[in-house]
Parts: sequence; structure tokens; C-alpha cells
Amino acid sequence: MTLAANSPVPPVRPGAVLRFLHRNEAWRGYLLILPALGLMLVAILFPLGSTLMMSTWSLSGYEIARTPSLDNYAAMLGHPMYGVLIGRSLEVALVATAVTVALCYPMAYYVAFHVHRHKALWLMLMTLPFWTSYLLRVFAWKVVLGYEGVLNTALVGLGVVETPVAALLYSQTAVTVVLAHSWAAFAVLPIYVSLEKIDRTYLEAAADLGDGPWRRFWRITFPLSLPGVVAAFFLMFVPTVGDYITPAMVGGPDGMMVGNLIQAMFGPMNNWPAGAALSVVLMVTIALAGLAFLIVGRLVRRV
Amino acid sequence: MITIRNVSKAFGRVQAVQDVSLEIARGEFFSLLGASGSGKTTLLRMIAGFEGVSAGQIFIDGQEMQDTPPHRRPINMVFQSYAIFPHLNVRDNIAYGLRRLGMPRAEQDRQVEEMLELIALPGYGARKASQLSGGQMQRVALARALILKPKVLLLDEPLGALDKQLREQMQLELRGLQRRLGITFVLVTHDQEEAFTLSDRVAVMAQGAVVQVDSPAGLYDRPRNRQVAAFVGNMNFFEARMAGDGRTGMAEIAGLGMQAVNSGSARRSEGERVVAAIRPEGLGIVIAPDGQAPAVAGRIVARQYLGGRQILHVAIEGRDAPVAVAAPARPGEDDWAGAEGQAVWLTWRPQAISILDAE
Ligand SMILES: Nc1ncnc2c1ncn2[C@@H]1O[C@H](COP(=O)(O)OP(=O)(O)OP(=O)(O)O)[C@@H](O)[C@H]1O
Ligand SMILES: [Mg+2]
Repeated sequence: MTLAANSPVPPVRPGAVLRFLHRNEAWRGYLLILPALGLMLVAILFPLGSTLMMSTWSLSGYEIARTPSLDNYAAMLGHPMYGVLIGRSLEVALVATAVTVALCYPMAYYVAFHVHRHKALWLMLMTLPFWTSYLLRVFAWKVVLGYEGVLNTALVGLGVVETPVAALLYSQTAVTVVLAHSWAAFAVLPIYVSLEKIDRTYLEAAADLGDGPWRRFWRITFPLSLPGVVAAFFLMFVPTVGDYITPAMVGGPDGMMVGNLIQAMFGPMNNWPAGAALSVVLMVTIALAGLAFLIVGRLVRRV
Repeated sequence: MITIRNVSKAFGRVQAVQDVSLEIARGEFFSLLGASGSGKTTLLRMIAGFEGVSAGQIFIDGQEMQDTPPHRRPINMVFQSYAIFPHLNVRDNIAYGLRRLGMPRAEQDRQVEEMLELIALPGYGARKASQLSGGQMQRVALARALILKPKVLLLDEPLGALDKQLREQMQLELRGLQRRLGITFVLVTHDQEEAFTLSDRVAVMAQGAVVQVDSPAGLYDRPRNRQVAAFVGNMNFFEARMAGDGRTGMAEIAGLGMQAVNSGSARRSEGERVVAAIRPEGLGIVIAPDGQAPAVAGRIVARQYLGGRQILHVAIEGRDAPVAVAAPARPGEDDWAGAEGQAVWLTWRPQAISILDAE
């Protein structure tokens, strides 16, 4: 017997690390995601930690007092405005997401099942809104919805209304519409991928077992595409709840969302601790909403 | 039960099925046998309704099926890839077709349990599709189709993905099941042994057309042409020319000389060029001829040992390729027969030689 074999810890020879990795798939995986993981830890944990910490500070005069307290949270509980804004943000995001997913599903379905040539071209067309900057898209909607905008001019020109409709722009509806349009590509792609992945033999098997087209859709296609629908929901819902650009541009006073308040707290109001606390509350709310989606998704899959 | 009348199918310029006519009887186990790309799957999919016919008609139980979509046809299919629904467990997969029928849930569950019993997977109801082996999935696919009590069950190479042992076991189970249930089975396969083991009748397909329909024994003993003969089992082919007026059953066979032959039902004319075919089992090997049976001298050039039997390759005068001869191979008896280079005599019975079109 050699010494190495007898010693409790085998000495590390050149190549031993490689051999260890070769045998150990899990460790190989960790090593591969290490750079991304490191970056994410730094880029997520650090801001998250500092936000959490800051939310326990408070403002005294123009100075920030660094004595930890829950005063910011207590203040939010005491004022109905926060609840209203968060509720409205959730509502707008939920409606915009639901509308977008509902509209994108048939589009994705059409391309996945009925387009046989130039699929890439169709997908590109559907993601077209994403080819310009977010700000430009929102401005474009201002042009469409404005008092002397495209829509109003058309309505007046056609004699549908006498005077332009002011309520088109600067309303909660305008925010919903613009958000839905802006994020459509985020919804279409995951749904398309999940539909495209469905093995067509499953549908033939379902037909063979006696299901007509409508039943085949609800019993096979839809449940198998649910992961894509859930992904689309998340991808769109999370960023839209906290959005502040769209409500700032087309929302008006009725369309204000919680993102605008957070932005104001960090900006003009210069109350960073309160803004941090509101951000934390928003994050928790989104996490809870996400959890609710997941649970609902699970339940739907069961049926 | 199924009548296929002059059915053709073209995919663009590819003629997948050409003018096929078949009559499949009630309760029959019928196989479509053919090489890859011969149009078996296409024909089956036309019966199921997944492909329309380009020309011709398909009748199931006397009903013309042209305008009947797949979900209204009184048939069920077991897919080559099984197509077990991944989002449902075994029980829901099997009950899939029942759920629609408005049958009480308890009755559905009872029938599913019965099916699980039948396919020898009791207690597997709650498993996910991903937790099944290939053979188990195949059985679930079978149960899912059978629970609807179809008049016809179509099977597209259902055993293709299984290993040899499991395949043979499933073949026996399939055959037993078909006997017990009395359902008409139409099986697609490219495995001649499988078709022979299972079927009452076999249709041999080539290039989209049905070349011959017969019982397994009929196909083996009376192949219509060289293609069928080569496809079902081993066959030695000899160039030959009919002698006499063609009615005497004599032919001049390259390497074997003038021989009495079984000229089959086709009429032959004198001097017609034909192919003489003889199975390895139709030939025998002796050290010295007895002077009664026809015989020709040769030399063993190679030996293929196959367990209980062996194939000896014998070179004879007047023929380039050696002749394959089946011989028993039992321990202790093969000391002479196995020796390569050994001089031997080939013998045969005249009835063993069949005469086919030369092409
Ligand atoms: N959807 C299709 N489009 C174009 N050509 C097709 C299509 N389906 C089948 N074919 C062609 O039709 C011919 C017959 O195909 P088919 O699948 O029926 O063969 P098969 O006998 O089932 O072969 P295998 O044993 O390999 O499954 C092939 O030449 C094939 O390329
Ligand atoms: Mg096939």
C-alpha cells in the first residue's frame, strides 16, 4: 500500500480537481453558474439589504437619522393613500396583464399551430413594439390618445362625438392600455414557446379518443401551455406593478400608481427612508401576488 | 369490417400510397408489413382519419368514412410514440375517453381498475406518465384505447421501442388480448417475425402498393414475387428458364441443372426466363447422394451457428453466390457438417422449388 492510500485525506494531485468535477455533476453545475450567481448576489442582495436597512431609518429635518425603527411602516398604515395606490397599482397591472395574456394567447396559438412558413417573421412582427424605446412607445400613445390626437380626430371626423373626448388620455384606462401594449412581446413569447413545444401526437391521440377540436383545446393544449401562460403573467405583472413612467406620462391624477410615489419620495420629496419602506411593502405585495398565481396555476393544472 | 377501395395518397409529388384495396374481416388480426417508407403509417392514418385520401374510399363497418373526422370514427389507435398525456396520471390517461361520456364517476373508476388489471399494472393509477417504463407506457396506451371498446384497434409499430425480450412477451399478450376481446386489430410493423407471430393475415407493402395479402404460411410458402420472398425470411434465388411447353413443370436452373419444379398457378411459356426460389429449409446436406433425390455437389464455404440450428453456405458449380442451407446443429453431431472446406452434396424435394417472375 502506498502512503497516499493510507492517509485519511488523499493529497491533491494535479488533475484531481478536474476528476472530482468530472464525477460530480452537481458541483460541475455550481461551478458553471458561479459567475452569474456571484453577480446576482452582489447586484440583488446588496441593494435589497440597503433598501431594507434604509426603510428603518427616518428623516429628521434634512438629515437622515440612523436609529432603526418601524415608524415608516406605521406611518403607511395610518394613511389610506398608500393602500389606495398599491391597490390601484395591483389592479392596473392585473388588468393589463390579463388583457395582454388573453390577447396574446390567440396570436401565439395562431403562429404555433397555423403558420407553417416564415414563423420567425411572424414572431418578429409581434415583438415589433419592442423595437423602439419604452419612452417613445408611451409618447406614441400620447399622440394617439391625446385631446387633439389620432383617435379623437378620427372620432370627431366620423361624427361619432361632437367634441374631442378628454378622458381618453390621463386616466387609469389609458395607463392600462399603454402598459398592455408596451409589454405584449413579454407575454407572447413564453406562450408561443410553450404552445410550439406541444407534441402534435397528443392532439391526435385526444381526437382518436373522441374529443372534438374544442375539447382537445381545453383538455390538452391549454393545460400543456399553462407554464407559458404563468411565465407570461409573471414576466409582465412584476414590472408593471412598479412602473412609474407610463402613469406619469398618460395617467394624470387618476392614473397615479405606487411607482410614482416611490419615485417622488426618492426625488422631489427627498424622503428616502419612506421611499425605501414603500418599496419593501411593494416587493412583499408582489411576492404574495406571485405566490397566489403559482397556487392558482397548480390548482388549475390539477383539474 | 374495413374495406379499402382503390385508396391512394400523395404528399405533393411523393406518392405515399398507391391504389390499395384491402378487405379486413371482423375480429381479424391483420398486419401491414413493409420496409421503411413503404406507406404503412400513411395507410393507417388514413383509416384513422388523420390524413385524407387523395383518391379512393374507406369503409368501416359499412360506413363510408370520407366526411367523418377522427374523433367520430369507431376506431382507436395506439401510437408509435404512445402519446401518453404528460399532464395526467395513469388513471386519467386511461379514463380520458370515458370522462366525456357522462358515465358516473364510480363506474369510470371501476372500468379503469379493470383495465389496470388487464394490462397487469394494478396500483399504478396514480403514477405520472414520466414515471413509466417504455413497456408500461405501451400498455397504458393500449388500455386507453381498449376501454372505449372500439370496433377496430389500429397499432402503429407499438412494440418498436421495446427490447427483444419485452417485445416477445408483449406480442403474446397482444395476441391473447385480441383473441379474448374479439376486436379487429390492424397492426403496422416492419418486423416480419412480429407480423407472422401475431397475424391471421398479412399485407406486404412496397413503394406504397400492396404486393401480396395472405396468411403467414401462404406468404412464406407461396411468395408472389422476389420482393415478397426476400422480405419474408431467407431465400436462395436462381436464374432459370422454363423447359418444355411450360406445363410439364421442368426448368433449367443455373447451378442445379434441369429440374422438376412447382411452377405455381401462373401460366408459363416455353423458354420463359424465370427465377427459381428455394428456402434454406428446403435444402438438405448429405456426404454422399443416395441416387434417388436430386443432388448436386458442392463445398461448404462458411458456417453461421444460430443456437439450435445452423446455416451452411455451400458453393456450387455454375453459380457465383453460395447457397444457404439450414441444417440442425446439435452437440456431437456437427463434427462433419460444420467443417469449412468440406465437400458435400445438396439435396432437395422438387416441391420445395418455387418459380417466380424474373422481373
Ligand atoms: N406528411 C408527409 N409529407 C410528405 N411526405 C410524407 C408525409 N408522410 C409520409 N410521407 C412520405 O410518404 C412515404 C410513406 O411514408 P410512411 O410514413 O407511410 O412510411 P412507413 O411505411 O410507415 O415507414 P416506416 O416504417 O419508416 O414508419 C415516405 O416516402 C414518406 O417520406
Ligand atoms: Mg411508419
